[in-house]
Amino acid sequence: MITGLGAAFFYLFAFIAIASAFMVIAARNPVHSVLYLILTFFNAAALFLLTGAEFLSMILLVVYVGAVAVLFLFVVMMLDVDFASMKRGALEYAPIGAIVGVILAAELVLVLAGSAFDLGQPATTALPTPDPAVRHNTAALGDILYTDYIFFFQIAGLVLLVAMIGAIVLTLRPSRPHVKRQSIVAQVGRKPSEAIEVVDVETGKGL
Amino acid sequence: MFETYVIPGLIILLQTLALLIALLVFTAFILYADRKVWAAVQSRRGPNVVGPWGLLQSFADLLKFVLKEPVVPDSANKGIFLLAPFVSATLALAAWAVIPLSEGWAIASVNVGILYVFAISSLEVYGVIMAGWASNSKYPFLGALRSAAQMVSYEVSIGFVIVTVLLCVGSLNLSDIVLAQRDGIGTYFGLPNTFLDWHWLGLLPMFVIFFISALAETNRPPFDLVEAESELVAGHMIEYSSTPYMMFMLGEYIAILLMCALTTVLFLGGWLPPFDFAPFTWLPGVFWFVLKLSLVFFMFAMVKAFVPRYRYDQLMRLGWKVFLPISLFMVVATAAFLKLTGWA
Repeated sequence: MITGLGAAFFYLFAFIAIASAFMVIAARNPVHSVLYLILTFFNAAALFLLTGAEFLSMILLVVYVGAVAVLFLFVVMMLDVDFASMKRGALEYAPIGAIVGVILAAELVLVLAGSAFDLGQPATTALPTPDPAVRHNTAALGDILYTDYIFFFQIAGLVLLVAMIGAIVLTLRPSRPHVKRQSIVAQVGRKPSEAIEVVDVETGKGL
Repeated sequence: MFETYVIPGLIILLQTLALLIALLVFTAFILYADRKVWAAVQSRRGPNVVGPWGLLQSFADLLKFVLKEPVVPDSANKGIFLLAPFVSATLALAAWAVIPLSEGWAIASVNVGILYVFAISSLEVYGVIMAGWASNSKYPFLGALRSAAQMVSYEVSIGFVIVTVLLCVGSLNLSDIVLAQRDGIGTYFGLPNTFLDWHWLGLLPMFVIFFISALAETNRPPFDLVEAESELVAGHMIEYSSTPYMMFMLGEYIAILLMCALTTVLFLGGWLPPFDFAPFTWLPGVFWFVLKLSLVFFMFAMVKAFVPRYRYDQLMRLGWKVFLPISLFMVVATAAFLKLTGWA
């Protein structure tokens, strides 16, 4: 339970998060949308911090805001998007969007209310939660990921590795001839005796 | 009501204000020091007109910047154009909240302090990208493209360097990282607590990698390709003038100071005195912290004066093909060493 000054900040961050999330879909310029998305991420991280999930909060900032959103922003900046044609079709798809939204919202309510899926004992309450004062949640998360479920974690890493290699293979082209490339070994291996030649130039002649 | 909301808020506000003012004044003199060192290496005098020995030069520059007319290009995206320098300066300042200047002298002593600094410094790229895009001009955008690639690349090796330090310490709290450096290699051989215990000796390769990556992360020469004046004029800052330009410069120097402070905390024992006995322990911890920070900044300034600028492909190669494998290997090696010897 958050009280005192924390509560005031909770409402501040929650309000900004919701407002900027709305602006993500309402903004006309896609670059503005991405910037609002970043603001939403940032406020979500602040909310995590208020609830004591400090590690998740920082990882959200480092991974999503610091890396993923940067690439996202660049793709949007470099694409020459025609805003008018994008807006034209938007209304046709509105019902489909609304249906997806309603389904997601309903599922969230069902899960959070908890009564619809009462399977004896809910899985979330069965796990003991360590006291934040005794055990930092960074250490607690580390225990779960790297000690209790290390094999699942490794398998997840392996899946990502395969996906990464797949992406590289798809974009790899056989090196074409007549393309000049930097050869670092050749550059570093150069010696002054090979690179520089001292010439006596006669006046008025040139080389 | 008053005691739950107003008093704690006021205390935080006052602490923040005190740190902010101290930091800004310190930055003014650091700017002066940077120019003086650079001038001395090149046998020039540097700023020497305003105030005794030119000490007040930075304040004169501040006045000049503030009084000039800010020019916003007609085709620029005005909101983002003006927001970018503030994002840059604010993020650089925000990271200082967790830096412990002395024992217990951090505004927020959070458990994930080092991650917080890492997160904030990874956000600093946004100031550059927003400025580059909002200027609506070729050179700024090219500068922004370069900087995004550069800053994201070197963050990876900085991250791994931080991980090795964390392995040795076992905590993400910056104060704990400093306190863990009281005992180390020196005390292992029976010496009293000295500067030999700090991480720079035990993790020397990582110290070097961190220093060079910090140069690249803050776009300092020899890695200042973001604003390489011979090719991109001033990178993302071309279209900026007066106060917005000053905010960029401020953000840049505060970020450099932050990296110096981080080097001090991670490798040079933070506020700990170099020898833990009588004449050295009389001085307060904040003195040693500022001294070490200034020394690291002196190294930054010397590198700027000595080393020619890298080529862009060399910069990327250094980050991905040299630093990343070395730091990744060092993480595994350090973890194995700690596990096998039972040191930590």
